Amino acid sequence: MTAAKLVVTRQEIEDFLYEEATLLDEWRLEEWLEFLTEDASYYVPATDLPDGDHRSTLFLISDDPTRLRSRVKQLLGRFAHAENPHSRTRRLISNVRIRGIEGDTIRVTANFVVYRVRQEQVDTYVGRYEHTLVRQKNKLRIRERRAILDLDSLRPQGKVSIIL
Amino acid sequence: MDNIPLEGLIIDNQQDGLFRVNRQAFTSQEILALEKGRLFERCWIYAGHESEIPNPGDFCTRRVAGRPVILTRGDDGVVRVLLNTCTHRGAFVCREQTGNAKTFQCPYHAWTYNNRGELVGVPGEDAYSAAFDRRERSLARAPRMDSYRGFIFISFNPAVEDLLDYLAGAKEFLDLVCDQSEVSMEIVQGSQLYSIRANWKLLVENSFDGYHALPTHQRYMSFLAEIGGMNMATATRLRGEARNLGNGHAVIEYEPPWGRLVARWAPYFGEAKRAELEALQKRLEERFGAEWAYRVGQTSRNLHIFPNLVINDIMAITVRTFFPVSPDYMEVSAWALAPREESVEDRTLRLDNFLTFLGPGGFATPDDVEMLESCQKGFANREVMWSDISRGMKRAQPGTADELQIRTFWRRWHELITGTPTVQTAGQRAA
Repeated sequence: MTAAKLVVTRQEIEDFLYEEATLLDEWRLEEWLEFLTEDASYYVPATDLPDGDHRSTLFLISDDPTRLRSRVKQLLGRFAHAENPHSRTRRLISNVRIRGIEGDTIRVTANFVVYRVRQEQVDTYVGRYEHTLVRQKNKLRIRERRAILDLDSLRPQGKVSIIL
Repeated sequence: MDNIPLEGLIIDNQQDGLFRVNRQAFTSQEILALEKGRLFERCWIYAGHESEIPNPGDFCTRRVAGRPVILTRGDDGVVRVLLNTCTHRGAFVCREQTGNAKTFQCPYHAWTYNNRGELVGVPGEDAYSAAFDRRERSLARAPRMDSYRGFIFISFNPAVEDLLDYLAGAKEFLDLVCDQSEVSMEIVQGSQLYSIRANWKLLVENSFDGYHALPTHQRYMSFLAEIGGMNMATATRLRGEARNLGNGHAVIEYEPPWGRLVARWAPYFGEAKRAELEALQKRLEERFGAEWAYRVGQTSRNLHIFPNLVINDIMAITVRTFFPVSPDYMEVSAWALAPREESVEDRTLRLDNFLTFLGPGGFATPDDVEMLESCQKGFANREVMWSDISRGMKRAQPGTADELQIRTFWRRWHELITGTPTVQTAGQRAA
């Protein structure tokens, strides 16, 4: 029996990313975790080294599954002062493209703009996503979530305390 | 509300044990202008680390004390900090962040400089009179530059004391950091460039403030406990000391709750690492003797070198510098420092350790940023004129959660702003 070739459409990926964005903007972070695999990692490279390797160069965020889950727990708690009360965010996702399918993994890229509003200050994060998705039990999930900023620095944003 | 005279900005009441800072220090444009003249143009200012430009021709560009500069190693191997402005009509001669070059050519009129900063090419040079001498038109530099253990400093004050004298007691703490390597320390690639909507001096205070560790960083401490990151021997206290190092520098040194790659084990490093770290500590003892080795491997230190260099040797080592753009906005640059010879596995562990706390995406720094921005917003209540920085003023040996280290900064700040020396001298213990 031959293995069925993985079929996925751009629309399906778009729907997936739009729904993920909704969960993040609505701070439904526990439900958001279900959009990731158990072994998922989350990376935000340094602004001056977008192609860096997290094992040898300094990033802004390099979460393994443990840190990622702790991050969610912290953000939903009362002691993440940077996000208490929560910032308001609004994500715009576009230019969604399927870049390759190898076995059960799907590489996708997209552009993002995330507006963060906090105490009347609006800050903009712009960049691109380079994600690796898998299909598990007919559900798409992200195994590697990478948000690469197109900023020279976090000035004036100051922090990345939201999930990009 | 009238501006109060500079002498009155600090209340230093040693008799009663009260220290107050007038909050105009954080909000006044006039005071910022004075700081630019009397601090940032008088003192030694951190420019970068030699490891960032390891090979001849290497360069990186950045702003230091508000000036765009090129940190470069010439083909002669010599490190220079060149001011990034063409000596013809002013344009940047280098517009790239980092790279390797034999020459810098200004795109405007094609004047060309070698990587020592000498002017080597002027199109149509015959148009100039005999008085024109290209040797006088080299790329400019700060009048003074020097380095210690790879840390490069510049000064715009030609008469500033020698760097080693200036560093005073801080030298010891740079040694404690750098002795973690048998070879040398290096800045890891990848910079954390961010900003804070607050006065730069709030970050000085925050960077070595032990008192805020538990309330501000509660979520980090919970995380650390959950993942087995705590060294349980010292889990609940930041026992340690604060010290005045002279010239406005100060430090807190303590036994930390977290693990250190050099060389303090915590459970989440895994059992295999325990023996490795013990061996590393033994090696330190062989090199330095028990006492220095204990300090190097088993303690953490939050060091501030006046006016704007922080080196926090905590669960990883960060080098952090910052500069005021306006009274309520600063730009911060931070890097990771590590032993050059560290294994790939240890480097990864170290960087993971770093990011759990430090940097704009960590579990701690963003909360500091939030606190400082909140203070700056609170300053709009001008009727609350004074910040209190009195903790531990009557103690014989102030600890990390006292505020001696912060008072040390302010006393030196006040000296330079007003032009009057205080009674305190280097190493003086009191208050």
